Amino acid sequence: MTTVQTASDKRFYVEQFERLERELAGSDPAAVRHLRLAAIARFDQIGFPTSRNEDWRFTSVADLLKVPFHPAPRLEDSAVNEEDLEPFSFGEAIRLVFVNGRLIGRLSRISPLGPGVVPGGLADALVREPELLTDSLGRVADFKDQTFTALNSAFFRDGAVLVIPDGVAVEQPIHLLHVALGGATPWVSYPHNLIVLGRGSRVSVIESWVGLPLQAGQEPTFTAAVTEVLLAAESVLDHVRVQRENRQAFHFSNLAASLGTSARFTTHLVSLGGGWVRNESRVRFGGQNAEATVNGLYFGSGTQHVDNHTVIDHALPHCASHELYKGILDDRARGVFNGKIFVRQDAQKTDAKQTNQTLLLSDDAVINTKPQLEIFADDVKCTHGATVGNLNEDTLFYLRSRGLDVTEARALLTYAFANDIINRIAIEPVRQRLEALLLSRSGPLQEAQP
Amino acid sequence: MTTPTTTIEQLASREYKEGFYTDVEMETVPKGLNEDIIRLISAKKKEPDWLLEWRLKAYRHWLTMEEPRWWPNLTIGPIDYQDIIYYAAPKPRKALGSLDELDPEVRRTFEKLGISLEEQKRLAGVAVDAVFDSVSVATTFKEELARHGIIFCAFSEAVRDHPDLVRKYLGSVVPYNDNFFAALNSAVFSDGSFCYIPKGVRCPMELSTYFRINARETGQFERTLIICEEDAYVSYLEGCTAPMRDEHQLHAAVVELIAVGRNSHIKYSTVQNWYPGDKEGRGGIYNFVTKRGVCRGEGSKISWTQVETGSAITWKYPSVILQGDNSVGEFYSVALTKNRQQADTGTKMIHLGRNTRSTIVSKGISAGQGQNTYRGLVKIMKGAANSRNYSQCDSLLIGNRCGAHTFPYIEVRNSTSQVEHEASTSRIGEDQIFYCKQRGLSTEDAVNLIVNGFCKQVFLNLPMEFAVEAQKLLGVSLEGSVG
Amino acid sequence: MLKIINLHARVEDKEILRGLDLEIRAGEVHAIMGPNGSGKSTLAGVLAGKPLYEVTQGEVLYNGKNLLEMDPEERAREGIFLAFQYPVEIPGVSNTYFLRAALNAIRKARGEEELDPVAFLQLVRSKMRILHMDEELLKRPVNEGFSGGEKKRNEIFQMAVLEPMLCILDETDSGLDIDALRTVADGVNALRSPERGFLVITHYQRLLNYIVPDFVHILYDGRIVKSGGKELALELEEKGYGWIEREARQTVGASAAGA
Ligand SMILES: Nc1ncnc2c1ncn2[C@@H]1O[C@H](COP(=O)(O)OP(=O)(O)OP(=O)(O)O)[C@@H](O)[C@H]1O
Ligand SMILES: [Mg+2]
Repeated sequence: MTTVQTASDKRFYVEQFERLERELAGSDPAAVRHLRLAAIARFDQIGFPTSRNEDWRFTSVADLLKVPFHPAPRLEDSAVNEEDLEPFSFGEAIRLVFVNGRLIGRLSRISPLGPGVVPGGLADALVREPELLTDSLGRVADFKDQTFTALNSAFFRDGAVLVIPDGVAVEQPIHLLHVALGGATPWVSYPHNLIVLGRGSRVSVIESWVGLPLQAGQEPTFTAAVTEVLLAAESVLDHVRVQRENRQAFHFSNLAASLGTSARFTTHLVSLGGGWVRNESRVRFGGQNAEATVNGLYFGSGTQHVDNHTVIDHALPHCASHELYKGILDDRARGVFNGKIFVRQDAQKTDAKQTNQTLLLSDDAVINTKPQLEIFADDVKCTHGATVGNLNEDTLFYLRSRGLDVTEARALLTYAFANDIINRIAIEPVRQRLEALLLSRSGPLQEAQP
Repeated sequence: MTTPTTTIEQLASREYKEGFYTDVEMETVPKGLNEDIIRLISAKKKEPDWLLEWRLKAYRHWLTMEEPRWWPNLTIGPIDYQDIIYYAAPKPRKALGSLDELDPEVRRTFEKLGISLEEQKRLAGVAVDAVFDSVSVATTFKEELARHGIIFCAFSEAVRDHPDLVRKYLGSVVPYNDNFFAALNSAVFSDGSFCYIPKGVRCPMELSTYFRINARETGQFERTLIICEEDAYVSYLEGCTAPMRDEHQLHAAVVELIAVGRNSHIKYSTVQNWYPGDKEGRGGIYNFVTKRGVCRGEGSKISWTQVETGSAITWKYPSVILQGDNSVGEFYSVALTKNRQQADTGTKMIHLGRNTRSTIVSKGISAGQGQNTYRGLVKIMKGAANSRNYSQCDSLLIGNRCGAHTFPYIEVRNSTSQVEHEASTSRIGEDQIFYCKQRGLSTEDAVNLIVNGFCKQVFLNLPMEFAVEAQKLLGVSLEGSVG
Repeated sequence: MLKIINLHARVEDKEILRGLDLEIRAGEVHAIMGPNGSGKSTLAGVLAGKPLYEVTQGEVLYNGKNLLEMDPEERAREGIFLAFQYPVEIPGVSNTYFLRAALNAIRKARGEEELDPVAFLQLVRSKMRILHMDEELLKRPVNEGFSGGEKKRNEIFQMAVLEPMLCILDETDSGLDIDALRTVADGVNALRSPERGFLVITHYQRLLNYIVPDFVHILYDGRIVKSGGKELALELEEKGYGWIEREARQTVGASAAGA
């Protein structure tokens, strides 16, 4: 199933970039312009991945390339209403709402996070305080061999900017709510979030990627998002990523984090929606004694294709990473999990653990999983484990002997399997809402099905 | 006080004791590869036309293939396929056939390696086929085996005496166009072993082949074919060594196992000790081997056990295609890399039949600047209802200049099946060494003890005699491992 | 047989033993007690040659030889045995195999013949009876999956087989139930002889009811601050370490004032 690619696929995007350049007309700060040019040049070199690319072996971009996506235009502020957002809200006090990658002030609730600290949009920040960004923008999200990250770095227009100063602890969780909205032509958006935590600071962030059901005459959307996370020494970030786009949507997101000395990073992915989905999480340890927890839960039903790719790079000694990914696949869904752990030569005393479990509920569903260890240091503790299977027969029987019917028993066990991840989410309202969603009769597997 | 690691590092480097060269009169074909060479090899073996045609087909296909792009963790110099001698055999004194006609030098070579070709001296219960460069020079216990209806002979002999069997099964598991090295082998293979176990026969002794590369600038390209009928059982062992040389030599073998009938069972064990090259990575064998078995019969079983301590580079994935319902595939492996050795090995378990089971146990030991990679595939197809796989991959690192890599691919398309994979990485703990020393053991013994404990699960699957051999081999191989 | 003079030892940069003196003669049983972290295991480890510890000052003579110059295995072969506070697990290596390898290494060093498996098994069986060990444990890998009590019992069992001259027991009693405690003590007592010396580290008087010591020492802050007969242990059991601490502080204070 090698994807045959034509040069025209690449040229299509390169030409779009040329149009963007004319549109921007040099309004970018020099460093940003430089970043865009480097990214598009790299994209021009590597093009789109084929199945011969090890990282894309089980995820084909053929369907994506069939759709002529154009950068989404700026929409009227009224294109999305408060009610549309209700199902995706966590009752949060602070939120930034983006539609097709652009900040919509009317729907956002912005209040200061501390003395003089206000979250805002990237586009705005580039105009108002570009010097604040030149140090951090593009620093973590490497696009050397990453087609979609390169595209995002070339095309991004807006996104969230969250800079927490040294020592500031923000109590309220901050919700970055990204809405993909279809139009008369296929639209692609390139949101780029930047989260920078100063020394000893602390914050919780919820990142939502949602879509509204397609209306008649609306074409599918493509979101190619990047979130960069820079954690200074001793800072603590608790992060949740929820993906609930519609079933026609193409969704790519790359969460790239760099951890300073003794920093703590926790991220939970909950991937429910989308038709073609690729979730990437990349963590790099840039200081010692740091700790990362990277968990994920993904659902696939219908004909969804959900690919989860994680890379944890232990470049320095004395760091710990814990990773638990769970997948539930039904119908004709296809799931991919690829978890890489690198332990570099100097990264002695690394403690890395990865677990991947998949529940396969249908014979037409497929899972490709590849947990992967690459170890160059000897004094380390590294393990990974992967299991694939169906619900445990003995447990099912036990529940039935207590009076549950098969469907109920299966639903309960599936819920328990998933809830293991949800339960680990520390942000209370998010956990509650997701738990309820999981329990609700329609259930996550049915959500947003056409 | 010296720490265990530095002590390991200081242990004197052991010479590769199988590294000697035997001076015998050889008959070789000119260097290089072309259709004429293939015709020459085929003619020397007085092969039937169909086989020559098959070789040529493979060769022509090979020409269209690209040398594999090596995995990121393997670094390998270019191989000049025109700079290899594809056929080298000791000159027969008369016609080969009985031991008396064997060059005494060749016989002494095997004796020096601990392989006696005289049946009465040989440990009872092991029949040997001895392969010297490109040809099989002797096969023991043939007559006794024949009484049970078992065929155990050199491949070229099988072509002559049992052409129907060879024609039926040759390339049936590893087709001539399977991969670059399998295609090369199909074009130029010179000899190897052939085993056939008829219905209902439990082979009364271990069958074994000992492969020896001796001549300079040659490659060894042997082919082994083992066929097991209904309710039949065979345990087969292979061992390999080569002289020490500064240049690399290529070994590209193909092994095909066919568990044809119901409840047939093939057990295949390898102790691979090809010359690994010196400390700086000069010389050593490139061991690029395709090994695959198919469990056709219901309830049939194929079990691979390997202990890989030699070769500069090893690249092999003994696999099982589980076609018959209730069939079983197993893979037990110990791979040790030290100095600059590189091993990329693992298995593929392809589940097609219902209730099929597979077990994978892989133990990788990396020392010095060795790179050890486990690469495996477990694939459960849609029809393979109720199938199970269990895999365990453990790595042991000695020193911090080596690497251990684990790449398990798991693909499941059936919801009633279960796959479980575990991997861990550890090193020899200073506390373990100290505990052993407190009880009076030397560091060296402590390391050996711990490493052998680490590999025990695999050794348990080797035939007794081989297990002892393997343990010793591992011990001596580790000496001076972290130089 | 053992003479420790002004021993100072440290781990990483932390000084743990700070001028320890102790003499053990053949046939004697010495008990060492002391609060957590006072350096008891450190002392045991230094005597056995644990690489982690660095001796910075002082001398240890064992049968007149400089013990500190010897490798751990040399010490073992010379008859020093340490029953570990936390016995180590060795996966895949059976207890029997391990013990035979150890015994033969020691025998060889002594110029004795190695034992063949049959003779070895006989020896082992007789020792197992003394310690009420389940033969099942012999086949299992060294300490792997053993319960806390089984590990301790296994240590004493190894001691019984190896028949060392100086036996160092580091909290062998913790984790043992009452019956096991008796058995272990019986095992130790069976080894008591005029040629052997014992250094028994413990927190509890209980063990000393069974293994009656000739001397009791209190280790505090890296030094032996008080020595006495077996009554000292009883006193300690009653009063705790508080008074020792106070006393120690006074002496330290006094010597500091004197200096
Ligand atoms: N590897 C190490 N690194 C740092 N400190 C250590 C190390 N090992 C021991 N120590 C410290 O040395 C001190 C003495 O430890 P030791 O184990 O000798 O105490 P102990 O008297 O045996 O205590 P317990 O009664 O709890 O067994 C403790 O403070 C301990 O934390
Ligand atoms: Mg202690």
